[in-house]
Amino acid sequence: MIDNQPKENSQEKIKYTAKDFTSSQDVRWCPGCGDYSILAQVQRTSPDLGFKKENVVWVSGIGCSSRFPYYMDTYGIHGIHGRAPAIATGVKVNNPNLDVWVATGDGDLLSIGGNHFIHACRRNVDIKILLFNNKIYGLTKGQYSPTSEKGKKTKSTPFGSVDFPFNPLSLALGAEATFVARSLDRDPKHLQAIIKRASEHAGTAFIEIYQNCNIFNDGAFELYTEKDTKPDNVVFLEHGKPMIFGKNQDKGIKLEGLNPKVVDLANGEASVNDLWIHDEFDESPARAFILAQFTENENMPLPVGVFRQIKRSTYDKDFHEQIERIKKVKGEGDLKKLLFAGNMWTVN
Amino acid sequence: MKVGKEVLELSDVTVRFAGDSGDGMQLTGTQFTNTTALVGNDLSTLPDYPAEIRAPVGTTYGVSGFQLHFSSSDIQTPGDSPDILVAMNPAALKVNVKDLKHNAAIIININSFDARNLKLAGYDTNPLEDGSLEGYNVVQVPLSQQTSKALEDSGLSAKEISRCKNFFALGMMYWLYSRPIEPTLKWIKDKFKDTPLLAAANEKALLAGYYFGENTELFTTRYQVEPAKLPKGIYRNISGNEALAIGFVTASVKSGLPLFLGSYPITPASDILHELSKHKNFGVRTFQAEDEIAAITSAIGAAFSGALAITTTSGPGVALKTEAIGLAVMTELPLIIIDVQRGGPSTGLPTKTEQSDLQQAINGRNGEAPVVVIAACTPADCFNMALEAARLATKYMVPVLYLSDGYIANGSEPWKIPEPDSIPGIEVKFRTEKEGFAPYMRDENLARPWAIPGTAGLEHRIGGLEKSNVSGNVSYDPENHEFMVRLRAQKVKNIENDIPELEVTGDIDADVLVIGWGGTYGSITEAVSRARRNGGRVAQAHFKYLNPFPKNTGEVLNKYKHIICAELNMGQLAKFLKSEYLVDIDSFTKIQGLPFKSSEIEKKIETVIGGYSK
Ligand code: SF4
Repeated sequence: MIDNQPKENSQEKIKYTAKDFTSSQDVRWCPGCGDYSILAQVQRTSPDLGFKKENVVWVSGIGCSSRFPYYMDTYGIHGIHGRAPAIATGVKVNNPNLDVWVATGDGDLLSIGGNHFIHACRRNVDIKILLFNNKIYGLTKGQYSPTSEKGKKTKSTPFGSVDFPFNPLSLALGAEATFVARSLDRDPKHLQAIIKRASEHAGTAFIEIYQNCNIFNDGAFELYTEKDTKPDNVVFLEHGKPMIFGKNQDKGIKLEGLNPKVVDLANGEASVNDLWIHDEFDESPARAFILAQFTENENMPLPVGVFRQIKRSTYDKDFHEQIERIKKVKGEGDLKKLLFAGNMWTVN
Repeated sequence: MKVGKEVLELSDVTVRFAGDSGDGMQLTGTQFTNTTALVGNDLSTLPDYPAEIRAPVGTTYGVSGFQLHFSSSDIQTPGDSPDILVAMNPAALKVNVKDLKHNAAIIININSFDARNLKLAGYDTNPLEDGSLEGYNVVQVPLSQQTSKALEDSGLSAKEISRCKNFFALGMMYWLYSRPIEPTLKWIKDKFKDTPLLAAANEKALLAGYYFGENTELFTTRYQVEPAKLPKGIYRNISGNEALAIGFVTASVKSGLPLFLGSYPITPASDILHELSKHKNFGVRTFQAEDEIAAITSAIGAAFSGALAITTTSGPGVALKTEAIGLAVMTELPLIIIDVQRGGPSTGLPTKTEQSDLQQAINGRNGEAPVVVIAACTPADCFNMALEAARLATKYMVPVLYLSDGYIANGSEPWKIPEPDSIPGIEVKFRTEKEGFAPYMRDENLARPWAIPGTAGLEHRIGGLEKSNVSGNVSYDPENHEFMVRLRAQKVKNIENDIPELEVTGDIDADVLVIGWGGTYGSITEAVSRARRNGGRVAQAHFKYLNPFPKNTGEVLNKYKHIICAELNMGQLAKFLKSEYLVDIDSFTKIQGLPFKSSEIEKKIETVIGGYSK
């Protein structure tokens, strides 16, 4: 038998640098595109993730973001539109020793590839999905996407779109994703930390990254990324900590029943003790869902960080454990027994 | 016990069991088949079931049938017209009577011929009384009543008792055709080991049927069919889907590659998924995907990471997989797409057979996207072609589209089991050497190296964008594109040097050549041999390689004045051959969701020859 499973070798861990993960291909995104930052954060983080470079596989679909694998000096498949989670599932299930990552966009993952996305989440295949959400179709030159806000005027909707958008985090939570997070292209430190967290998670890890498309949807996330507006509009989620934000750390989030509310910490309206303490590991997805819905409420800030992380066995692990179990019960496959089976008779 | 019933020796018999889809006709037919195989007859089967799982009871569209042809000599088909029909109700009679031989026997469950069932079947008058069955030997058996009587003390409900009547019918048929009942008794014991009441009842019904045959005045004759003189060896009866599935497990062992199946349930291919899911102790990885596209793209991912990757489907599924097949062409990965064809277009006739996906297989993709196309020609041949698909895909790093069809997939025949050691190995080498590696470099077969993730130093990216030869970098260069398009085509074309030539059998110097491809092999072969027995001079050639065609195809076609091409479509192979070899072809087609009857092809041959000169 040819053994196609890479073996953990006992040699000392190789020390990589970001350069080891940089391929020789010229990067061809538009100058100023948020994709550059995401690529840089991934390349910077990769040496610290504890992988062997040869075990890393980047899979993508179609779209600007899906060029990503070409720029990583790892194994990679630039697939077809929407199918990256399914391709990645095949790679991972066939060889669970590999570290499999998906780079995808809002059109790729949530429009044409929506089905594969939700099924990857529910199965909890041990793959990491980075959604570059720019709320627009870039590669096809500027049509509205399934995450564009209602009323969006684009080339294909000159009078404004009339369809309601997806909330990617709500969708992931609804699809039973075990790791759900959000970060920003313009916040390198945060993005790096979230990538690390995702890589440590066993199971499908989903990160929505707000990514600026400076050509077709410039400034879509300005409120959350610019120095002067960011503090009052973004709340950083930290496990076990109360939700506080604001330029002067003077605003908090309180949960009244199922209703979140921004409270003023400076004027005595509420104290830190009244605030919602973030629990990433809450078994129930209810609070994470409320958090995900902040974007639908103009009074609420944008949560970034890990919304939810729970433990559940992974599909690929269960898949192979079952095979091993059956091998034990039935014995390793024997061709002779396979062929010479059923009702047989002899002709002399 | 009555003694002295006449025993009549027959050379071959075609029986058909027909009843409501809830009557257990498939099970009855399968049991009769297994026992017949053990007796040593050559055989061929044709299950025919409705698309609805449980159509309304008693209606014609709920009729399920199972036909079996068995013989004391070599046979090729499940038989054109049954010699005997077992009809469990009026609807079963109505649907099947037109297929019978003129003097066929019809065994009828008389208890089901009441006003209600006759009406449900659409009979205005009772066919048993209106003379419409004249010429047939109708045997009216009180099947339901006899079963109830036999099982009155069984402790089962009336409904459960009624379900046992197929075993009564089976027992009766065993008696009639001198088959042993022991194999089925053993099977019942095994199958119903957790429900002893049912086991006892079914056993009792089977025996009751058998003794009924022996004791009743209705049968004066019983029949015997001697074992066939098949080549020496150990045999089992096998269906096409089963043969295909274990063929791929064998290919996995012979290549040392783990088998990965990405699949989405679809009639009539699902049984391959079921069968492969049983063999996890061979390390088989079966992934039931969320849709047809995920089924193939997961297989592409698995192929990239070093599996013997296959995806199984039927025509509509191939349509959905089309774009992904193109990706496999572009990424030059070994991937096997299995299309168990059914009647189309669209949802078409899910449970019926057809050969109408040939054009889709050869050309059905955007761009110039050549794949290897092969077809199995009998149920047992599905095993061989699985090995062949695996050999070609891995040797040439190319997608292979493997055509089967509903007829051979569900049909079965005796299979002489090969010794595992006699099956040639499939040599696969992953690239491990760093020195001089480039992802799109070429070997002598124009194949690119298979360098799988986990191999240090060979990190590379592949994808659907056009690639520069050797380096594998994305390239929009006009000359490179033309070069790569031609290279991918040449790679497939070169395979003609690595496949068997088209073999001509029969009268090599005949005036008429009958050709076909895939699952029509049995019908054509039988038609040709009958025509020859009747004095016709006829040659036959059958295609199993559709892209590329065997190297000598042109030479063979040019030898014959008249070529009949028999296909279950509108003439797709004929069209390809005409345009490729500029020969005249007499396309003979049938598009009814049914296989050819040999007699239909024989008649065509006769018309062409202009009668036989004996
Ligand atoms: S079109 Fe937008 S998303 Fe695409 S590369 Fe240019 S800036 Fe980035």
